[in-house]
Amino acid sequence: MLTLVQQLINGLTLGCLFGLVAIGYTMVYGILLLINFAHCDIFMMSMYFAFYSISVFYLPWYVSLVLAILGTALLGVLLERVAYRPLRTAPRTSVLISAVGSSYLLENLGIVLFGAVAKSFPTVDYLQEMVTIAGLRIQRLAFFVIITMIVLVGALLYIVNKTKVGIAMRAVSRDFETSKLMGVNINLTISITFAIGSGLAAVGGFMWGLRYPQITPLVGAMPGLKCFIAAVIGGIGSIKGAIMGGLILGVMEIMIVYLFPSASGYRDVFAFIALILILCIKPTGLFGEELSDKA
Amino acid sequence: MSVLRTEHVTMRFGGVTAVDDLNLHVEKGEIVAVIGPNGAGKTTAFNQITGVYTPTEGKIFLEPVNSSQEVDITGMRPDKIVSMGIARTFQNIRLFSKQTVLDNVLIAQHLHVKSTLPGAIFYWPNYCKEEKAMREKAMHLLERVGLADNCGDLATSLPYGLQRRLEIARALATNPKLLLLDEPAAGMNPTETLELTHFVREIRDEFQLTILLIEHHMQIIMDISDRIYVLEFGKTIADGVPAEIQNNQRVIDAYLGVVEDA
Amino acid sequence: MSGFNGRSYPGLVGMLDGRKRRNLALSIVAVIVITVFLYMAQNGFILDAYGVRILRLCAVYSICALSLNLIQGYTGQFSLGSAGFMALGAYVTSILSMTDANREAVYYLKPMAPWLMKIHLDYGIALILGGVLAGLVALLIGIPVLRLKGDYLSIATLGFSEIIRIVLNNAQSISNGATGLKNIDPTANIWWCFCALVLVLLFMTRLFHSSYGRAFLAIRDDEVAAEAMGISIFKHKMMAFVASAVIAGIGGGLMASVLGAVTPVLFRHMMSYDILLIMVLGGTGTMTGALLGGFIYIIAKEALRFMDSGFAIGFIQVPAIAGLRMVMFSVLLMIVVLFYHKGLSGGKEFSWDRLFGFPKKIAARFSKKSEKAGAGK
Repeated sequence: MLTLVQQLINGLTLGCLFGLVAIGYTMVYGILLLINFAHCDIFMMSMYFAFYSISVFYLPWYVSLVLAILGTALLGVLLERVAYRPLRTAPRTSVLISAVGSSYLLENLGIVLFGAVAKSFPTVDYLQEMVTIAGLRIQRLAFFVIITMIVLVGALLYIVNKTKVGIAMRAVSRDFETSKLMGVNINLTISITFAIGSGLAAVGGFMWGLRYPQITPLVGAMPGLKCFIAAVIGGIGSIKGAIMGGLILGVMEIMIVYLFPSASGYRDVFAFIALILILCIKPTGLFGEELSDKA
Repeated sequence: MSVLRTEHVTMRFGGVTAVDDLNLHVEKGEIVAVIGPNGAGKTTAFNQITGVYTPTEGKIFLEPVNSSQEVDITGMRPDKIVSMGIARTFQNIRLFSKQTVLDNVLIAQHLHVKSTLPGAIFYWPNYCKEEKAMREKAMHLLERVGLADNCGDLATSLPYGLQRRLEIARALATNPKLLLLDEPAAGMNPTETLELTHFVREIRDEFQLTILLIEHHMQIIMDISDRIYVLEFGKTIADGVPAEIQNNQRVIDAYLGVVEDA
Repeated sequence: MSGFNGRSYPGLVGMLDGRKRRNLALSIVAVIVITVFLYMAQNGFILDAYGVRILRLCAVYSICALSLNLIQGYTGQFSLGSAGFMALGAYVTSILSMTDANREAVYYLKPMAPWLMKIHLDYGIALILGGVLAGLVALLIGIPVLRLKGDYLSIATLGFSEIIRIVLNNAQSISNGATGLKNIDPTANIWWCFCALVLVLLFMTRLFHSSYGRAFLAIRDDEVAAEAMGISIFKHKMMAFVASAVIAGIGGGLMASVLGAVTPVLFRHMMSYDILLIMVLGGTGTMTGALLGGFIYIIAKEALRFMDSGFAIGFIQVPAIAGLRMVMFSVLLMIVVLFYHKGLSGGKEFSWDRLFGFPKKIAARFSKKSEKAGAGK
């Protein structure tokens, strides 16, 4: 029983990380109708930012976290500026190719800058300490992840629903042209969206690095894929959906491996099966809305 | 029996009722117009008939090609409906922009191709025969709409009026029994409009069509149509022959006044 | 006679006759020259074993780029599954055609599954089976995914590729796990690779001259209009997707034979990106582009090997930086996507007329520029 609860918490932690990264996918898709393939590499870059500021510049972990968030947000904005903005009127496939190209570039750049060999993410003793609560031995990180997620998502939902920037975001995602006519600063809104999405990915990346300390320039690909799947499961375009999708995926993955240890080699397959299932049953996702833009 | 008949067809998007209890029928050989102010639900009705949308309520019946038995086509896939004999044009022309004029018409005949993919690739005699017949028919249609000389041009390189004609030729290539025209005269000058009126009548007679059209252009509607349905906010507010509609006070209030501004 | 796109100029036929005859003659000469070149290369007259290997790889990568072009360039469906289908083709072909002695040598950690041990096939048959299996898997993925609108295909195919890799990594008794396969049947010499390339080219040319090909192009140009013209979107997307997967599978099977050894790592998502790079670089939606891209990419990649091992520009010694080549290629990809989206082929198929028209076009552009400069004064 105790292990079950422990695994559940484990799954929730993983789910929160998935959710944090999935928000980036879902927000960009909501606004630009674009699968930002480079998001997973932004996530990867954030880990290296944190790695270098801790291991090379010996900064405290919280300072590194902030630096990683800022650096990654900047990278996200830069990515949009260089790779997506010039193609705003181009056919959809061109933009998708640009997204894949950016991902390809970031990964290759990562190999040149950081080397293809795996580096170990620094340890943060405070976060990785085990605490015992009601007989459960849990890493402090788990609480940190869950609390951070709740705070950040709360703040994000506030921004999106209550502030002027958020209203602009929703307007742009609803109708690009009309919002432009209504005087919404489209470019700024999109930049802010990329900054927020990338910043959240950095938070996810930092804690991902603490959980799975081997980092390589290709480390983002698989989590990125899963996070996009999480966004689809929750209903692409919906922030709450991304979190729910992430939690479902995280708990499912941990639980299946816990219940069927022999399947652990295939743990990455489950997310994909979940994707196929959700696409068969409810393609709009659990929280997605029916959109018809035909004819 | 009617070629097309709708029973209580309704379409709701969220809280908005775009089409509300539409009951129309189109008899063989008729030219029927659907009019109404912008947002009255005309194109939505077209999209329901052609299968783009599945009606929230109601049924649509069609008398398919080579049959006099009515078939329920509610919620069928668009391509299936085309094969049963409904062809359409679009309000904002949707030609295959990167294809030639000839290819546009050939593409519309693809649904009748009986050969399989290997047959088409390995030059099997049946396919060669089909391809030849398709090309002949395409050229015939293009000659009919006066585009034979442009057959090698890119579809989008044509002037606007000719693009409209090409769209009609393309729709005809699917071998329809019922032709739906969505604002065929939009953006045309008076001469072109007049030509179009004649043209629509001619193709009706030549291809034994039944035609249902949406139009804003009052002159065309009064000239061409046998009967008219008037929609406002999704509801049918009047129907009848042009003379009746012209004198219907409700229609004048709701719609005819608006046209002056358009 | 009508050419590509069904273009025909009835009135011009007489005038073009001479030029047509010239083009036919040139084509025949080109075919003979290429055949002789390949014959000599195969028999070691011009190229060493290394050069021959590069040449074979060029053909194989072109095949894979053509396969991606079929689904993406011509049908407009964004697929990122090249690596997965190639992996399937590569493994099926290699496993089924491997000799018993090699099987024992390769599967030393865990012997091959007994049922699999019983199957021995000729390389050619194994290659076809590899393609067929890739096609079947595409059918399975396509059923749920191709019904949906939007970009789900890209993420589903990318996911599927990763799954294939994970399965290959884990199914020790079938795929030999992470160690991969070696001593693969080396049958695919220059003739195999180039014949396969020519067959794929013929297949695609015929396809896009046929009604089915036109339907694919219609779907790419405007899905709603295509459906309104009675084309079953799902059925035709499926045809294109399966055909593309079969070609990719065959490409993979050839690649395994050329390389002699494969591992699951080879078929990471980077491989799909490579194929995409080739297609985009050459020019999306043209066969000329896939060929240009395939040959230029592979040859350049080999020629630029020095970049990864350190080199000198004049007095400046550039240190060895692994991966610098790939950064350059990815930058190139971005430049093409952003500024020259038509790629090297310029969005048009090769023809002798265009080749001969090329110098004139450049001259015309040059004279226009100088005219402008003159007018400016």
